[in-house]
Amino acid sequence: MAQKRVLMKGNEVIAEAALRAGCRNYFGYPITPQTEVMHYMAKKMVQIGGNFVQAESEVSAINMVYGAAAAGARAMTSSSSPGISLKQEGISYIAGAELPAVAVNIVRAGPGLGGILPSQGDYWQATKGGGHGDYRNLVIAPASVQELYELTVEAFNLADKYRMLVMILGDGTLGQMMEPVAFRDEEPIEKIEKPWAATGRGGRKTHNMITSIYIDPDELEAKNRELQEKYKYIEENEVRYEAYGLEDAEIVITAFSTCSRICKNVIRQAAEQGIKVGMIRPITLWPFPSKVIAEAAARDNVKAFLDIELSAGQMVEDVRLAVEGKKPVHFYGRMGGNLPTQKEILDKIIEIHNDPEGGKV
Amino acid sequence: MAIVFQPTEGLTEKPFHYCPGCNHGIIHRIIAESMVEMGILEDTVSVASVGCTYNSYEYFSCDAVQAAHGRAPAVATGIKRTLKDKIVFTYQGDGDLASIGTAEIVHAAARGEKITAFFVNNAVYGMTSGQMAPTTLLGQVTTTSPFGRDASYQGYPINVSELISQLTGAVYVERVCLTDFKNIQNAKKAVQKAFKVQQAGLGFSMVEFLSTCPTNWGKEPVEAMEWLKEKMIPQYPLGCFKGQDIDFNNLGKAEEKGA
Repeated sequence: MAQKRVLMKGNEVIAEAALRAGCRNYFGYPITPQTEVMHYMAKKMVQIGGNFVQAESEVSAINMVYGAAAAGARAMTSSSSPGISLKQEGISYIAGAELPAVAVNIVRAGPGLGGILPSQGDYWQATKGGGHGDYRNLVIAPASVQELYELTVEAFNLADKYRMLVMILGDGTLGQMMEPVAFRDEEPIEKIEKPWAATGRGGRKTHNMITSIYIDPDELEAKNRELQEKYKYIEENEVRYEAYGLEDAEIVITAFSTCSRICKNVIRQAAEQGIKVGMIRPITLWPFPSKVIAEAAARDNVKAFLDIELSAGQMVEDVRLAVEGKKPVHFYGRMGGNLPTQKEILDKIIEIHNDPEGGKV
Repeated sequence: MAIVFQPTEGLTEKPFHYCPGCNHGIIHRIIAESMVEMGILEDTVSVASVGCTYNSYEYFSCDAVQAAHGRAPAVATGIKRTLKDKIVFTYQGDGDLASIGTAEIVHAAARGEKITAFFVNNAVYGMTSGQMAPTTLLGQVTTTSPFGRDASYQGYPINVSELISQLTGAVYVERVCLTDFKNIQNAKKAVQKAFKVQQAGLGFSMVEFLSTCPTNWGKEPVEAMEWLKEKMIPQYPLGCFKGQDIDFNNLGKAEEKGA
């Protein structure tokens, strides 16, 4: 029997998915364009007896997440770019103390206060650390409202599994867009014991301590090595992407989230003109799908890459690292909250088709 | 032979790293003793902050979480909202609570979070070597007010207890000191009152401890204690600022809720 589909807004689906994943702690601060996550939580979380706190600041909200996670609960916050900048201190502490948590960034255009329209300009911040110290967040970039649902549920499982922050990186388009979504009857929640949590000793002989401070340099280095081993394991086991048309593509597009949706239509239009275009869409931005990009770069049929982003070109650096100079990597991006039109991208494809080596990044 | 005094179970065996004459040791002990005497040691989560007591979690034998600078009340909020039937307290200095963490402490109190803040005011940043704190007295010489704190240039001390007591969500606020046995006993009573308020689910509670920092004040321990009495108490009068009317003898434990 076909599942019932509901028309819902992306931001609301994030909140609904979190509740379905068993998250009973939401801490947030209002900011456009993610506010519907908060509105949904303010009502639904309270109705089911969970915790919803409108914090005094984004700084406090992430620290409340830190506290709830330290106490062993599934906890989340959501915000948009300037707010996520404020959360970076707490995110670094979450990484250092190895706490499971989920943070949603519905990215808007920057820098500074910028604008409230969609952007992917926080790619570097999300994937390269963001706060201080050597650490990683697992970063997931859904491309549809259905994926927002499924990947938000998955984010909580991954956070618990690896004791780290998982970031859902969306943008204003995805958060505000309404699409049909089919909910499962039962969520695939992985129940993971948390014997390390600070819950009160309650009969335990030793006391649990959640901390990120190691004054002894050798201890701190050992802690860092432990973290790096975890990150290496994740790089080997958690890469997700969607790839198609690579077998005979002349040009391979790399694009994530909203941009990949626009590119899908362009690929059809290019095919009508006899230009074979494939696409690699990273779903995890960290760990980055470098291997599949490297494999595509090694193919004889692939003549060039075209990276499309809502930024001045951030992910393109990771694409170039994966391509290792084997093929030219071109870039086209829009900023300020503007989206590239299909025609703009198609024109770029035709230009590359006519001269794969010209105008590359 | 009868045992007349022994270490409290509320503290671990790890030796304190605090300087001679510092009051943190006394404050730790009365909090630890209170947890044991009230039978809440195994039901308590402490939140350490940033400053000299960054690792207080190594001394208190209850579960503990270390927080970023100033954020302890927000971290405690997250813990307490998750563990509603547990006792959660923060332990913060004046740089942490009265400077970088003013938003967190004010709003935790305003929300009436059912947590307790233990606020140690020694009028100086201890850990980072004696800089001016928001609580530094007028005229007081510190490494960042080398000519003495000048009101026209560096503003005025913040009286945190008076400030917090203005908030409806703050139910119990008291300022104490540890200059002699009587005051230490009184401080311990304040700690227990604060815990009782939290157990009863009445709202936010805070105890401010006036404390010495002989190292950064450049004074001998006894001299420092005298300076606290002569200089600090006039600026920061002792007493209960909120909750004078609470009948502590009849404050029952809040109804047990399922975990």
